[in-house]
Amino acid sequence: MAPQFDPMVGRYLRTEIDGVPHRLYFEEAGRGIPLVCLHTAGADNRQFRHLLADPEVTSRYRVLAFDMPWHGKSTPPDGWERAEYRLTTQSYTAAIRAFCRAMELEKPVVMGCSIGGRIVLNLAIEHAAEFRALVALEAADFQQPWYDTAWLHRPDVHGGEVCAALVSGLIAPHSPPASRHETLWMYMQGGPGVFKGDLYFYRVDGDLREKVKKIDTRVCPLYLLTGEYDFSCTPEDTLRTAKQIPGAEVTIMKEVGHFPMSENPAKFREYVLPVLAKIAG
Amino acid sequence: MTAPAERFAELPKLLAADADLLRRGRWLAAECRIDIGSEPFFLSIRDGSLASFERGPKLMRSTAFAYRASDEAWTNYWKPLPDPGWHDLFALTKRGAASMDGDLRPFLQNLQYFKDLLALPRRQG
Repeated sequence: MAPQFDPMVGRYLRTEIDGVPHRLYFEEAGRGIPLVCLHTAGADNRQFRHLLADPEVTSRYRVLAFDMPWHGKSTPPDGWERAEYRLTTQSYTAAIRAFCRAMELEKPVVMGCSIGGRIVLNLAIEHAAEFRALVALEAADFQQPWYDTAWLHRPDVHGGEVCAALVSGLIAPHSPPASRHETLWMYMQGGPGVFKGDLYFYRVDGDLREKVKKIDTRVCPLYLLTGEYDFSCTPEDTLRTAKQIPGAEVTIMKEVGHFPMSENPAKFREYVLPVLAKIAG
Repeated sequence: MTAPAERFAELPKLLAADADLLRRGRWLAAECRIDIGSEPFFLSIRDGSLASFERGPKLMRSTAFAYRASDEAWTNYWKPLPDPGWHDLFALTKRGAASMDGDLRPFLQNLQYFKDLLALPRRQG
């Protein structure tokens, strides 16, 4: 029997982010409008593998999902061992723009989830003209913390297991068990302190309250989709955010939690395909 | 409908029937207190099993940590498909229907075990 392959292809991109050389791993599939996908905190691009393998998407979009530096197969920069990893609004924005620039993507659509959703809001605030459309999954201008991130990186608690166990509650009870556990597996594989470092952006540095009022959806359309079982970024958080942004389109996804694309790919596509169809025009 | 404390009282039977959870808890030894509404339960866990399981107030009983939730919270948490916001121990604490205190280290070290242990009454329907 001939080998059975998934349709996406993975490569390493050499680029600089803020003047520092990086080696970023990404996967891509499809042709057409560039669609850059941003994974959640402490995870990697595998969260988007179903989208990358969906012919209804890849027939119109060139889907690209990269691992953030420190995540998945993207190596941290030289000297990483001498500093605590902390993602900031500035460094996250710089990484996304560096990827798009290095890949020579023309007016891409960017879709991000969780911290990826939050940074999409920042792209809408600061760089809207660079993008064709922005899609924020599980995103809000601010969310109330629900645990102490100090537990995520200490020698007496297994980092991978505690990260996975914490976020397991953000998955909807309806999500298929295999998809739930695949989502958690990625959390178990993160580098030490990386999830915690991502949450520095989420909790401390990336508060976008007030700033979201500057978003002009006439420059770049903005779509917000949030799962009803996400108690980290609740539907109320997303609705409150959208209320401040004229023209933002909101969808609350039933029977879905914080990881729509990986915890329940079949359900997610019901919600995201109409959005992608609208953007493609 | 069976009262939440009555449902939780079935925990030893439910855990003994769950070989996978026993396997995952095999390194765990901890003393904890779980409040079902106004009723405390004291759990001594050894190698993932319940070495003792006592219901009701115990004078000066010391435990590492406690997780306390209202009857309403447990009733909703144990629905076969809980509603949003009632489906996880941290969803309950975030909404103010539950609290945790004490030395949370054994709890966090074995968090998925405790989440699954405290969700066992869901299986009774």
